[in-house]
Amino acid sequence: MDKKSRDSSYLPQLTHLLGIEKISPQDINFLIKKSQEWFEKNKNKPQKSDILRGKTQINLFFEPSTRTQSSFELAGKRLGADVINMSLKQSSVAKGETLVDTAVTLNAMKPDLLIVRHYSAGASELLSQKVDCSVINAGDGSHEHPTQAILDALTIIHHKKQIEGLRVAICGDILHSRVARSNIILLSMLGANINIVAPKTLLPKNIDSYKVRTFLDMRDGIKDVDVIMMLRLQSERMQSSYIPSAREYFRYYGLDEEKLSYASRNAIVMHPGPMNRGVEIDTSVADNVQSVIKDQVEMGVAARMAVLETLATGYKND
Amino acid sequence: MTKKKLLIKNALLVDPKNEVEFIGSLLIEKGTIKEIFNKPSPNYDISDCKVINCEKHALSPGLIDMWVFAGEPGYEHIETIEDISNAAKASGITSIACRPDTNPIIDEAELVQYIIRKSEDKSQVNILPIAALTKKHEGKNMTEIGLLKEAGAVGFSDAYNQINNTNILKNAFTYASNFNAQIMQLPVSDLDKFGVMNESEISMRLGLPGIAKISETIALERELRIAHHTEVKYHSMCISTSESYDVVSKFKDMNDKTTCGVSINNLKLNENDVAAYRTFFKVKPPLRSESDRSYILENLSSDTIDIITSNHEPQGTESKRLPFEEAAYGAVGIETLLPASLSLYHDGYISLSKLMKKMSYNPAKILNLENTGSLEVGKKADLILFDLNQPWVCDADKLITKCKNTTFENQKMQGKVMLTVVNGNIIHNLMDQ
Repeated sequence: MDKKSRDSSYLPQLTHLLGIEKISPQDINFLIKKSQEWFEKNKNKPQKSDILRGKTQINLFFEPSTRTQSSFELAGKRLGADVINMSLKQSSVAKGETLVDTAVTLNAMKPDLLIVRHYSAGASELLSQKVDCSVINAGDGSHEHPTQAILDALTIIHHKKQIEGLRVAICGDILHSRVARSNIILLSMLGANINIVAPKTLLPKNIDSYKVRTFLDMRDGIKDVDVIMMLRLQSERMQSSYIPSAREYFRYYGLDEEKLSYASRNAIVMHPGPMNRGVEIDTSVADNVQSVIKDQVEMGVAARMAVLETLATGYKND
Repeated sequence: MTKKKLLIKNALLVDPKNEVEFIGSLLIEKGTIKEIFNKPSPNYDISDCKVINCEKHALSPGLIDMWVFAGEPGYEHIETIEDISNAAKASGITSIACRPDTNPIIDEAELVQYIIRKSEDKSQVNILPIAALTKKHEGKNMTEIGLLKEAGAVGFSDAYNQINNTNILKNAFTYASNFNAQIMQLPVSDLDKFGVMNESEISMRLGLPGIAKISETIALERELRIAHHTEVKYHSMCISTSESYDVVSKFKDMNDKTTCGVSINNLKLNENDVAAYRTFFKVKPPLRSESDRSYILENLSSDTIDIITSNHEPQGTESKRLPFEEAAYGAVGIETLLPASLSLYHDGYISLSKLMKKMSYNPAKILNLENTGSLEVGKKADLILFDLNQPWVCDADKLITKCKNTTFENQKMQGKVMLTVVNGNIIHNLMDQ
């Protein structure tokens, strides 16, 4: 760590959180540290704070989401913000209103924080150019899902103390996964060694431009790793035939007890949810002692509180 | 009283056919080139002449743009033939071949006639309709190629629709060769159906589905193979990769009926211009890697690339102000074709006459326009005079075309059209000012 990030008075100058790729390691470390603080505070009894009193947070979801949306809602409410949820699947979009129109309309309501999930890559970037508030990307197409990566890092640190030097396997539908992209960038930034495991059809062609090793055989890919990150098979994003069947996928790329035995004995198993049990992960593995999937949900609220606080309380230079 | 003749003197004559440039003069009478002099001020009785002293500006055949979306019929809210004509005449383009993928698709002789009538009425530049190769671009039944050609179609294309059935493709090519018709195809295949930009590290990092280079190569190889077999005149409209370049070169060695073009966008820009989801740079073919761009550019002087096109495709702001995947393809290009191309000459990639050849003489030859595209006595006087060096900055708001989706916004341009003559008539003139 350089002097800047060790300095306790360091404050990130972030206006938006659009992707991990755009953030410096100092800022990532700051956000993780902040998240840890919220996690500790929330541990016994969830804290209610008024840091964001008078601030308006709009959750703008163009894709159905249960856990991310409620996690952001809870995070905002615990910090005292006024939170409005808008699911646009069925309202304006159906009437032909464009994303930019929606942004302009919402901007007139003068929110402080806009949380956006959209089915198209770059949607939050586009929105951020059209509004005057902070935009947080809650998942844009197959691009990024930065708060997921922060909460995943937090979960790993919680169980493994640190990320540097850890062996992490990210397995499954890499091609369509924004979680994978954000995690690859963040974890390699913090010094993890990353294995990517996927069938060739679900592996982006230029994945090796990241600092990762790729494996087509899952047993090879998870051998001796400390962290196994399973990804959801994103059938809704598949525009073509990528795998022949769920049962064949499970046989070669589903995490079961037998494949798990190749990993390090204390390996933790993660999944961003919602899980397709019996497709990418066996129920017995999802619920066993090595699984930290429930912790991820808990960390999610803390991580999002840290992000909301950082962006909304003037840690920026505008 | 209007003078009967027009004497253009003291110009840098650019002769694309012979690939030479020389200071001289040119006389126009009754719409055709009457005489060419290799002196700046010829001994000629100028009593019946309007004389323009060109101060050594370049005089060349007017540009022939081979792949333009002109909006009519069906997309008049985006572009009209009148708009196109106004933009073209100020930009040195004297002939425009317009795309058949309008609404309705140009698949009947009556529609070709409609466009021709409309342009006689509304356009000062030559509008040359391209017709569909298969009805409704469905790839099922070939169009009435004979009748369409007779009506005035200069070429046949299914535009961005691949003809999947190889039998139909082969029969359409064979039948077209029967009428010596010109095929003008784009190398598209199902492989790029979901892609929105060049497949590369950049598309992967942006989380955007990529258009693999191979999708262009396989489409190109398949069609060139069939074109070679059926002996049809085949033009591959816009290639974008080094592999495509090599494939075309190979087939050109095998026959002289194969020709090929490139969009100015693919010579001037690369995938990095997409940057953070800039939808104005979403074009078809996609902007490729720098190595593809430079490979084609380095070889531009050779004869593999026959033509350069603006690939003009206007889009309203509303269809561009969307997330990248949802935004429409295309960029306007009429007004930037000449200055953007001239930069290739200024940068030393190609001689002036050779550059102009790819935008006048060669397109005329491919489209079988015997009367234009050349600086020869007896040819139609479709000519342009341009200041090679005049600098200006591309300001989207000042573009003449209705749509402003340019890929050259705020770019420094060099070269300005001073005079445009079509059929011997001056339709654009900055020389008298």
